[in-house]
Amino acid sequence: MNNKDIEIDFDHRQAAHCENGVISNLLRFHNINLSEAMVFGIGSGLFFAYMPFMKLNNLPVISFRPWPGMIFNRINGRLGISIQRYKFKDPRKSMEALDKNLEKGIPTGCLVGIYHLTYFPKAYRFHFNAHNIVVIGRENAEYLISDPIMENIEKLSYNDLMRVRFAKGTYPPKGRMYFITEVPSSYDLKKAIVLGIRQTSQDMLRIPIPLFGVKGIRYLARRMRKWPKTLGPKKASLYLGQVVRMLEEIGTGGAGFRFIYAAFLQEAAKELNHPWLNDRSKEMTEDGDRWREFAIIAGRIFKDRAGLNESYSAAADVLMDIAGREEHLFQKLRKITLD
Amino acid sequence: MKKHEVPQDNEGLREGKQVDLYYVVDENGNYVTVPSCGWAPKNAALLQAWDMIHEKVEEVRQQVLHGKLSPIAYYMEKNIMDVKLLASYIGLPKWKVRRHLKLSGCTKLDEIILRRYADIFSIPVEALTNFRESAEKK
Repeated sequence: MNNKDIEIDFDHRQAAHCENGVISNLLRFHNINLSEAMVFGIGSGLFFAYMPFMKLNNLPVISFRPWPGMIFNRINGRLGISIQRYKFKDPRKSMEALDKNLEKGIPTGCLVGIYHLTYFPKAYRFHFNAHNIVVIGRENAEYLISDPIMENIEKLSYNDLMRVRFAKGTYPPKGRMYFITEVPSSYDLKKAIVLGIRQTSQDMLRIPIPLFGVKGIRYLARRMRKWPKTLGPKKASLYLGQVVRMLEEIGTGGAGFRFIYAAFLQEAAKELNHPWLNDRSKEMTEDGDRWREFAIIAGRIFKDRAGLNESYSAAADVLMDIAGREEHLFQKLRKITLD
Repeated sequence: MKKHEVPQDNEGLREGKQVDLYYVVDENGNYVTVPSCGWAPKNAALLQAWDMIHEKVEEVRQQVLHGKLSPIAYYMEKNIMDVKLLASYIGLPKWKVRRHLKLSGCTKLDEIILRRYADIFSIPVEALTNFRESAEKK
Protein backbone atom coordinates (compact mmCIF):
# COMPACT_ATOMS: atom_id res chain seq x y z
CA MET A 1 0.00 0.00 0.00
CA ASN A 2 1.16 3.44 -0.92
CA ASN A 3 1.25 5.67 2.12
CA LYS A 4 0.59 9.06 0.60
CA ASP A 5 -2.01 11.02 2.55
CA ILE A 6 -5.28 11.66 0.77
CA GLU A 7 -8.22 13.64 1.95
CA ILE A 8 -11.25 14.04 -0.25
CA ASP A 9 -13.17 17.25 0.36
CA PHE A 10 -16.33 15.63 1.70
CA ASP A 11 -19.13 17.39 3.56
CA HIS A 12 -19.86 14.96 6.43
CA ARG A 13 -23.25 15.41 8.03
CA GLN A 14 -24.69 13.32 10.78
CA ALA A 15 -27.90 11.42 10.13
CA ALA A 16 -30.35 9.36 12.14
CA HIS A 17 -29.86 6.25 10.04
CA CYS A 18 -26.74 4.99 8.30
CA GLU A 19 -28.04 4.07 4.86
CA ASN A 20 -29.98 7.33 4.36
CA GLY A 21 -27.04 9.28 5.70
CA VAL A 22 -24.49 7.69 3.39
CA ILE A 23 -26.72 8.23 0.36
CA SER A 24 -27.50 11.83 1.28
CA ASN A 25 -23.80 12.59 1.89
CA LEU A 26 -22.65 10.86 -1.31
CA LEU A 27 -25.27 12.66 -3.37
CA ARG A 28 -24.24 16.00 -1.93
CA PHE A 29 -20.67 15.29 -3.04
CA HIS A 30 -22.11 15.06 -6.56
CA ASN A 31 -24.07 18.30 -6.11
CA ILE A 32 -27.46 16.72 -5.55
CA ASN A 33 -28.85 18.21 -2.38
CA LEU A 34 -31.38 15.91 -0.79
CA SER A 35 -32.00 15.80 2.95
CA GLU A 36 -31.85 12.54 4.85
CA ALA A 37 -35.64 12.58 5.15
CA MET A 38 -36.03 13.06 1.40
CA VAL A 39 -33.70 10.15 0.70
CA PHE A 40 -35.62 8.02 3.17
CA GLY A 41 -38.97 8.88 1.56
CA ILE A 42 -37.96 8.54 -2.08
CA GLY A 43 -36.12 5.32 -1.29
CA SER A 44 -39.19 3.97 0.55
CA GLY A 45 -37.22 3.27 3.69
CA LEU A 46 -40.21 2.79 5.98
CA PHE A 47 -41.23 -0.80 6.47
CA PHE A 48 -42.15 -3.45 8.97
CA ALA A 49 -41.35 -7.14 9.01
CA TYR A 50 -41.65 -9.75 11.73
CA MET A 51 -39.93 -13.01 10.87
CA PRO A 52 -40.02 -15.28 13.91
CA PHE A 53 -38.41 -18.16 12.01
CA MET A 54 -35.30 -16.09 11.26
CA LYS A 55 -32.99 -15.62 14.23
CA LEU A 56 -30.42 -12.96 15.01
CA ASN A 57 -28.41 -13.63 18.18
CA ASN A 58 -31.01 -16.33 18.90
CA LEU A 59 -33.90 -13.87 18.89
CA PRO A 60 -36.54 -13.43 16.18
CA VAL A 61 -35.88 -10.86 13.49
CA ILE A 62 -37.98 -7.74 13.57
CA SER A 63 -37.12 -5.18 10.99
CA PHE A 64 -38.29 -1.64 10.52
CA ARG A 65 -36.52 -1.22 7.23
CA PRO A 66 -36.33 -2.98 3.89
CA TRP A 67 -33.43 -5.27 3.04
CA PRO A 68 -30.07 -3.42 3.28
CA GLY A 69 -29.21 -1.66 0.05
CA MET A 70 -32.81 -1.34 -1.10
CA ILE A 71 -33.11 2.34 -0.27
CA PHE A 72 -30.07 3.12 -2.40
CA ASN A 73 -31.32 0.97 -5.29
CA ARG A 74 -34.67 2.71 -5.31
CA ILE A 75 -33.11 6.17 -5.13
CA ASN A 76 -30.87 5.32 -8.06
CA GLY A 77 -33.75 4.04 -10.12
CA ARG A 78 -36.00 6.99 -9.34
CA LEU A 79 -33.42 9.73 -9.89
CA GLY A 80 -31.39 8.06 -12.64
CA ILE A 81 -28.11 7.77 -10.75
CA SER A 82 -25.55 5.18 -11.77
CA ILE A 83 -23.51 3.43 -9.16
CA GLN A 84 -20.88 0.75 -9.29
CA ARG A 85 -20.77 -2.05 -6.75
CA TYR A 86 -18.07 -4.55 -5.93
CA LYS A 87 -17.87 -7.64 -3.81
CA PHE A 88 -14.65 -9.45 -2.95
CA LYS A 89 -13.32 -12.82 -1.94
CA ASP A 90 -9.83 -11.63 -1.07
CA PRO A 91 -9.65 -9.04 1.74
CA ARG A 92 -6.34 -7.59 0.49
CA LYS A 93 -7.74 -7.09 -3.00
CA SER A 94 -10.74 -5.30 -1.52
CA MET A 95 -8.39 -2.87 0.20
CA GLU A 96 -6.36 -2.38 -2.99
CA ALA A 97 -9.53 -1.54 -4.87
CA LEU A 98 -10.49 0.92 -2.14
CA ASP A 99 -7.04 2.54 -2.26
CA LYS A 100 -7.28 2.95 -6.02
CA ASN A 101 -10.65 4.63 -5.63
CA LEU A 102 -9.33 7.02 -3.00
CA GLU A 103 -6.38 7.91 -5.20
CA LYS A 104 -8.85 8.88 -7.91
CA GLY A 105 -10.64 11.07 -5.36
CA ILE A 106 -13.80 8.98 -5.19
CA PRO A 107 -15.52 8.81 -1.79
CA THR A 108 -16.39 5.14 -1.46
CA GLY A 109 -19.22 3.55 0.48
CA CYS A 110 -18.49 0.34 2.36
CA LEU A 111 -20.72 -2.17 4.04
CA VAL A 112 -19.27 -3.16 7.41
CA GLY A 113 -19.96 -5.16 10.54
CA ILE A 114 -20.35 -3.24 13.78
CA TYR A 115 -18.76 -5.66 16.22
CA HIS A 116 -15.15 -4.74 15.46
CA LEU A 117 -15.79 -1.09 14.67
CA THR A 118 -13.25 0.37 17.08
CA TYR A 119 -14.63 3.90 17.29
CA PHE A 120 -18.10 2.72 18.29
CA PRO A 121 -19.07 2.82 21.98
CA LYS A 122 -18.52 -0.66 23.39
CA ALA A 123 -22.05 -1.15 24.65
CA TYR A 124 -23.38 -0.80 21.12
CA ARG A 125 -21.11 -3.33 19.48
CA PHE A 126 -23.05 -6.43 18.48
CA HIS A 127 -22.61 -8.73 15.50
CA PHE A 128 -24.66 -6.67 13.10
CA ASN A 129 -23.47 -6.58 9.53
CA ALA A 130 -25.41 -4.03 7.56
CA HIS A 131 -23.81 -0.79 8.62
CA ASN A 132 -22.81 1.75 5.96
CA ILE A 133 -19.84 4.10 6.04
CA VAL A 134 -18.01 6.22 3.50
CA VAL A 135 -14.22 6.11 3.28
CA ILE A 136 -13.01 9.57 2.35
CA GLY A 137 -9.23 9.42 2.65
CA ARG A 138 -6.09 8.18 4.30
CA GLU A 139 -3.86 9.88 6.81
CA ASN A 140 -0.74 8.42 8.45
CA ALA A 141 -1.77 4.96 7.28
CA GLU A 142 -5.19 5.35 8.86
CA TYR A 143 -8.39 5.58 6.88
CA LEU A 144 -10.71 8.55 7.32
CA ILE A 145 -14.27 7.44 7.82
CA SER A 146 -17.45 9.42 7.38
CA ASP A 147 -19.87 7.38 9.48
CA PRO A 148 -23.27 9.06 9.21
CA ILE A 149 -24.29 8.23 12.73
CA MET A 150 -21.15 9.76 14.25
CA GLU A 151 -20.76 13.48 14.76
CA ASN A 152 -17.21 13.75 13.44
CA ILE A 153 -14.88 12.05 11.01
CA GLU A 154 -13.51 8.86 12.55
CA LYS A 155 -10.38 6.82 11.80
CA LEU A 156 -9.69 3.13 11.27
CA SER A 157 -6.39 1.34 10.71
CA TYR A 158 -5.84 -0.80 7.61
CA ASN A 159 -6.36 -4.01 9.57
CA ASP A 160 -9.40 -2.75 11.45
CA LEU A 161 -11.10 -1.57 8.27
CA MET A 162 -10.32 -4.86 6.54
CA ARG A 163 -11.71 -6.72 9.49
CA VAL A 164 -15.06 -4.93 9.59
CA ARG A 165 -15.40 -5.22 5.81
CA PHE A 166 -15.08 -8.97 6.17
CA ALA A 167 -17.21 -9.50 9.25
CA LYS A 168 -18.91 -12.89 9.38
CA GLY A 169 -22.37 -14.00 10.41
CA THR A 170 -25.85 -13.07 9.20
CA TYR A 171 -25.57 -11.11 5.94
CA PRO A 172 -21.75 -10.97 5.74
CA PRO A 173 -20.57 -7.80 3.93
CA LYS A 174 -17.89 -9.64 1.89
CA GLY A 175 -15.95 -6.44 1.36
CA ARG A 176 -18.85 -4.85 -0.48
CA MET A 177 -18.13 -1.32 -1.68
CA TYR A 178 -20.02 1.08 -3.89
CA PHE A 179 -19.69 4.55 -5.35
CA ILE A 180 -21.56 6.88 -7.64
CA THR A 181 -20.26 6.90 -11.20
CA GLU A 182 -22.71 9.23 -12.86
CA VAL A 183 -25.45 11.62 -11.87
CA PRO A 184 -28.04 13.03 -14.28
CA SER A 185 -27.95 16.73 -15.14
CA SER A 186 -31.63 16.99 -14.30
CA TYR A 187 -34.12 14.72 -12.59
CA ASP A 188 -37.81 14.72 -11.77
CA LEU A 189 -37.94 15.08 -7.99
CA LYS A 190 -41.74 15.32 -7.85
CA LYS A 191 -42.24 12.09 -9.70
CA ALA A 192 -39.64 10.38 -7.53
CA ILE A 193 -41.47 11.50 -4.37
CA VAL A 194 -44.79 10.18 -5.64
CA LEU A 195 -43.25 6.85 -6.63
CA GLY A 196 -41.58 6.59 -3.23
CA ILE A 197 -44.82 7.21 -1.33
CA ARG A 198 -46.76 4.78 -3.51
CA GLN A 199 -44.22 2.04 -2.97
CA THR A 200 -44.19 2.50 0.81
CA SER A 201 -47.99 2.36 0.88
CA GLN A 202 -47.88 -0.76 -1.24
CA ASP A 203 -45.31 -2.41 1.03
CA MET A 204 -47.19 -1.51 4.19
CA LEU A 205 -50.64 -2.54 2.96
CA ARG A 206 -50.59 -4.99 0.15
CA ILE A 207 -47.87 -7.61 0.46
CA PRO A 208 -49.91 -10.83 0.50
CA ILE A 209 -47.81 -12.40 3.26
CA PRO A 210 -48.95 -11.73 6.84
CA LEU A 211 -45.43 -11.05 8.12
CA PHE A 212 -44.97 -7.69 6.44
CA GLY A 213 -46.35 -4.19 6.76
CA VAL A 214 -49.45 -3.49 8.81
CA LYS A 215 -50.32 -7.19 8.85
CA GLY A 216 -46.91 -7.94 10.30
CA ILE A 217 -47.49 -5.48 13.16
CA ARG A 218 -50.80 -7.21 13.96
CA TYR A 219 -49.14 -10.61 13.75
CA LEU A 220 -46.46 -9.49 16.21
CA ALA A 221 -49.14 -8.10 18.54
CA ARG A 222 -51.07 -11.37 18.53
CA ARG A 223 -47.95 -13.39 19.22
CA MET A 224 -46.81 -10.98 21.90
CA ARG A 225 -49.97 -11.49 23.92
CA LYS A 226 -49.08 -15.16 24.23
CA TRP A 227 -45.38 -14.77 24.91
CA PRO A 228 -45.54 -15.10 28.71
CA LYS A 229 -47.37 -18.40 28.24
CA THR A 230 -45.51 -19.83 25.28
CA LEU A 231 -42.01 -18.69 26.19
CA GLY A 232 -42.03 -18.32 29.96
CA PRO A 233 -41.36 -15.02 31.73
CA LYS A 234 -37.61 -14.86 31.14
CA LYS A 235 -37.59 -15.55 27.44
CA ALA A 236 -40.69 -13.42 26.90
CA SER A 237 -38.92 -10.47 28.47
CA LEU A 238 -35.89 -11.10 26.24
CA TYR A 239 -38.08 -11.16 23.14
CA LEU A 240 -39.67 -7.90 24.19
CA GLY A 241 -36.24 -6.40 24.81
CA GLN A 242 -35.30 -7.43 21.30
CA VAL A 243 -38.29 -5.58 19.86
CA VAL A 244 -37.28 -2.42 21.70
CA ARG A 245 -33.66 -2.75 20.64
CA MET A 246 -34.69 -3.14 17.02
CA LEU A 247 -37.10 -0.26 17.50
CA GLU A 248 -34.59 2.08 19.04
CA GLU A 249 -31.08 0.90 18.38
CA ILE A 250 -28.52 3.09 16.67
CA GLY A 251 -29.16 3.17 12.99
CA THR A 252 -32.26 1.02 13.05
CA GLY A 253 -34.66 3.10 15.11
CA GLY A 254 -38.19 2.08 14.15
CA ALA A 255 -40.01 4.79 16.06
CA GLY A 256 -37.38 7.20 14.79
CA PHE A 257 -38.22 6.09 11.26
CA ARG A 258 -41.81 7.21 11.72
CA PHE A 259 -40.56 10.68 12.63
CA ILE A 260 -38.14 10.80 9.71
CA TYR A 261 -41.02 9.82 7.45
CA ALA A 262 -43.17 12.56 8.95
CA ALA A 263 -40.36 15.02 8.21
CA PHE A 264 -40.27 13.69 4.65
CA LEU A 265 -44.03 14.16 4.23
CA GLN A 266 -43.66 17.74 5.39
CA GLU A 267 -40.95 18.38 2.80
CA ALA A 268 -42.97 16.58 0.16
CA ALA A 269 -46.00 18.79 0.91
CA LYS A 270 -43.95 21.83 -0.03
CA GLU A 271 -42.22 20.26 -3.00
CA LEU A 272 -45.43 18.94 -4.58
CA ASN A 273 -47.60 21.77 -3.33
CA HIS A 274 -49.94 19.25 -1.68
CA PRO A 275 -50.94 20.87 1.64
CA TRP A 276 -52.90 17.73 2.63
CA LEU A 277 -49.58 15.95 3.10
CA ASN A 278 -48.96 18.20 6.11
CA ASP A 279 -51.93 16.55 7.83
CA ARG A 280 -50.52 13.12 7.01
CA SER A 281 -47.21 14.30 8.46
CA LYS A 282 -48.98 15.19 11.70
CA GLU A 283 -50.69 11.81 11.81
CA MET A 284 -47.37 10.11 11.22
CA THR A 285 -45.87 12.09 14.11
CA GLU A 286 -48.69 10.87 16.38
CA ASP A 287 -48.05 7.35 15.19
CA GLY A 288 -44.34 7.70 16.06
CA ASP A 289 -45.36 8.89 19.53
CA ARG A 290 -47.41 5.73 19.94
CA TRP A 291 -44.36 3.62 19.06
CA ARG A 292 -42.52 5.46 21.80
CA GLU A 293 -45.33 4.70 24.24
CA PHE A 294 -44.97 1.07 23.28
CA ALA A 295 -41.24 1.23 24.08
CA ILE A 296 -41.99 2.78 27.48
CA ILE A 297 -44.47 0.05 28.41
CA ALA A 298 -42.11 -2.64 27.15
CA GLY A 299 -39.21 -1.07 29.03
CA ARG A 300 -41.23 -1.19 32.24
CA ILE A 301 -41.98 -4.87 31.73
CA PHE A 302 -38.44 -6.07 31.18
CA LYS A 303 -36.92 -3.74 33.71
CA ASP A 304 -38.65 -5.31 36.68
CA ARG A 305 -38.82 -8.63 34.89
CA ALA A 306 -42.37 -8.95 36.14
CA GLY A 307 -43.63 -10.70 33.03
CA LEU A 308 -47.26 -10.21 33.93
CA ASN A 309 -49.70 -11.30 31.27
CA GLU A 310 -51.64 -8.04 31.51
CA SER A 311 -48.62 -5.91 30.70
CA TYR A 312 -47.85 -7.92 27.58
CA SER A 313 -51.44 -7.43 26.55
CA ALA A 314 -51.14 -3.71 27.16
CA ALA A 315 -48.07 -3.58 24.92
CA ALA A 316 -49.86 -5.64 22.28
CA ASP A 317 -52.86 -3.30 22.47
CA VAL A 318 -50.64 -0.36 21.59
CA LEU A 319 -49.28 -2.30 18.62
CA MET A 320 -52.80 -3.05 17.43
CA ASP A 321 -53.63 0.64 17.66
CA ILE A 322 -50.48 1.48 15.70
CA ALA A 323 -51.39 -1.03 13.00
CA GLY A 324 -54.79 0.61 12.67
CA ARG A 325 -53.28 4.08 12.43
CA GLU A 326 -50.73 3.09 9.83
CA GLU A 327 -53.31 1.23 7.79
CA HIS A 328 -55.50 4.29 7.72
CA LEU A 329 -52.63 6.61 6.93
CA PHE A 330 -51.23 4.62 4.04
CA GLN A 331 -54.65 4.07 2.55
CA LYS A 332 -54.83 7.84 2.16
CA LEU A 333 -51.25 8.17 0.99
CA ARG A 334 -51.67 5.40 -1.57
CA LYS A 335 -53.89 7.66 -3.63
CA ILE A 336 -51.24 10.30 -4.13
CA THR A 337 -50.84 11.70 -7.65
CA LEU A 338 -48.61 14.33 -9.18
CA ASP A 339 -51.30 16.97 -9.40
CA MET B 1 -42.43 14.22 19.38
CA LYS B 2 -41.86 17.87 20.26
CA LYS B 3 -38.52 19.59 20.45
CA HIS B 4 -38.56 19.95 24.24
CA GLU B 5 -39.43 16.27 24.69
CA VAL B 6 -36.16 14.92 23.32
CA PRO B 7 -34.84 12.58 26.03
CA GLN B 8 -31.36 13.12 27.42
CA ASP B 9 -30.94 10.03 29.61
CA ASN B 10 -27.22 9.56 29.67
CA GLU B 11 -26.33 6.33 31.45
CA GLY B 12 -22.71 6.23 30.38
CA LEU B 13 -23.30 3.68 27.62
CA ARG B 14 -21.85 5.85 24.91
CA GLU B 15 -18.47 6.74 26.39
CA GLY B 16 -19.30 10.33 25.55
CA LYS B 17 -18.78 9.51 21.90
CA GLN B 18 -22.05 9.11 20.18
CA VAL B 19 -25.28 11.03 20.05
CA ASP B 20 -28.53 10.14 18.29
CA LEU B 21 -30.24 12.52 15.97
CA TYR B 22 -33.95 12.93 16.65
CA TYR B 23 -36.46 14.28 14.16
CA VAL B 24 -38.83 16.46 16.16
CA VAL B 25 -41.40 19.18 15.69
CA ASP B 26 -40.48 22.71 16.77
CA GLU B 27 -42.79 25.47 18.12
CA ASN B 28 -44.00 26.30 14.62
CA GLY B 29 -44.78 22.71 13.68
CA ASN B 30 -41.72 22.35 11.46
CA TYR B 31 -39.47 19.32 11.56
CA VAL B 32 -35.95 19.90 12.90
CA THR B 33 -33.20 17.61 14.19
CA VAL B 34 -32.01 17.61 17.80
CA PRO B 35 -29.19 15.50 19.28
CA SER B 36 -29.94 13.17 22.19
CA CYS B 37 -27.52 11.35 24.47
CA GLY B 38 -29.88 8.50 25.28
CA TRP B 39 -33.35 7.38 26.28
CA ALA B 40 -34.15 5.29 29.37
CA PRO B 41 -36.23 2.48 27.77
CA LYS B 42 -33.62 2.08 25.07
CA ASN B 43 -30.81 2.00 27.64
CA ALA B 44 -32.74 -0.59 29.62
CA ALA B 45 -33.11 -2.80 26.55
CA LEU B 46 -29.42 -2.54 25.87
CA LEU B 47 -28.47 -3.29 29.47
CA GLN B 48 -30.81 -6.26 29.48
CA ALA B 49 -28.98 -7.71 26.48
CA TRP B 50 -25.61 -7.22 28.18
CA ASP B 51 -26.83 -8.72 31.45
CA MET B 52 -27.75 -11.87 29.59
CA ILE B 53 -24.38 -11.97 27.89
CA HIS B 54 -22.43 -11.39 31.11
CA GLU B 55 -24.43 -14.08 32.87
CA LYS B 56 -23.62 -16.57 30.16
CA VAL B 57 -19.94 -15.56 30.06
CA GLU B 58 -19.58 -16.04 33.80
CA GLU B 59 -21.23 -19.45 33.59
CA VAL B 60 -18.79 -20.57 30.93
CA ARG B 61 -15.85 -19.08 32.83
CA GLN B 62 -16.68 -21.24 35.82
CA GLN B 63 -16.91 -24.29 33.60
CA VAL B 64 -13.51 -23.50 32.13
CA LEU B 65 -11.99 -23.05 35.59
CA HIS B 66 -13.45 -26.45 36.55
CA GLY B 67 -11.85 -28.03 33.52
CA LYS B 68 -15.11 -28.78 31.74
CA LEU B 69 -14.68 -26.46 28.78
CA SER B 70 -11.72 -24.93 26.99
CA PRO B 71 -10.66 -21.27 27.11
CA ILE B 72 -11.82 -21.03 23.49
CA ALA B 73 -15.38 -21.63 24.72
CA TYR B 74 -14.96 -18.74 27.16
CA TYR B 75 -13.68 -16.28 24.58
CA MET B 76 -16.33 -17.38 22.11
CA GLU B 77 -19.01 -16.49 24.64
CA LYS B 78 -17.21 -13.29 25.59
CA ASN B 79 -17.25 -12.19 21.95
CA ILE B 80 -20.99 -12.94 21.72
CA MET B 81 -20.33 -15.67 19.18
CA ASP B 82 -21.85 -19.07 18.67
CA VAL B 83 -20.25 -22.11 17.05
CA LYS B 84 -21.56 -21.16 13.63
CA LEU B 85 -20.15 -17.64 13.75
CA LEU B 86 -16.81 -18.71 15.22
CA ALA B 87 -16.49 -21.46 12.62
CA SER B 88 -17.02 -18.98 9.80
CA TYR B 89 -14.44 -16.60 11.29
CA ILE B 90 -11.81 -19.30 11.67
CA GLY B 91 -12.70 -21.06 8.45
CA LEU B 92 -13.11 -24.54 9.94
CA PRO B 93 -16.10 -26.86 9.95
CA LYS B 94 -18.44 -26.53 12.92
CA TRP B 95 -17.75 -30.04 14.24
CA LYS B 96 -14.07 -29.19 14.55
CA VAL B 97 -14.77 -25.97 16.40
CA ARG B 98 -17.14 -27.84 18.67
CA ARG B 99 -14.32 -30.23 19.50
CA HIS B 100 -12.03 -27.30 20.33
CA LEU B 101 -14.53 -26.07 22.89
CA LYS B 102 -13.84 -29.14 25.00
CA LEU B 103 -10.72 -29.01 27.07
CA SER B 104 -9.36 -32.27 25.62
CA GLY B 105 -9.80 -30.97 22.08
CA CYS B 106 -8.15 -27.66 22.86
CA THR B 107 -4.97 -28.92 24.55
CA LYS B 108 -4.08 -30.90 21.42
CA LEU B 109 -4.23 -27.84 19.18
CA ASP B 110 -1.09 -26.71 17.45
CA GLU B 111 0.35 -23.23 17.68
CA ILE B 112 -0.97 -22.13 14.27
CA ILE B 113 -4.61 -22.81 15.01
CA LEU B 114 -4.30 -21.33 18.50
CA ARG B 115 -2.78 -18.21 16.97
CA ARG B 116 -5.77 -17.93 14.61
CA TYR B 117 -8.20 -18.21 17.48
CA ALA B 118 -6.25 -15.64 19.48
CA ASP B 119 -6.31 -13.21 16.52
CA ILE B 120 -10.06 -13.57 16.14
CA PHE B 121 -10.55 -12.83 19.83
CA SER B 122 -7.87 -10.07 19.78
CA ILE B 123 -5.99 -11.66 22.68
CA PRO B 124 -2.43 -13.03 23.13
CA VAL B 125 -2.02 -16.78 22.64
CA GLU B 126 -1.08 -17.13 26.33
CA ALA B 127 -4.63 -16.25 27.28
CA LEU B 128 -5.67 -19.51 25.64
CA THR B 129 -2.80 -21.70 26.82
CA ASN B 130 -2.64 -20.30 30.32
CA PHE B 131 -6.25 -19.44 31.04
CA ARG B 132 -6.26 -19.70 34.82
CA GLU B 133 -3.66 -17.00 35.24
CA SER B 134 -5.09 -14.58 32.73
CA ALA B 135 -8.66 -15.14 33.96
CA GLU B 136 -7.71 -14.51 37.57
CA LYS B 137 -5.80 -11.38 36.77
CA LYS B 138 -9.02 -9.62 35.84
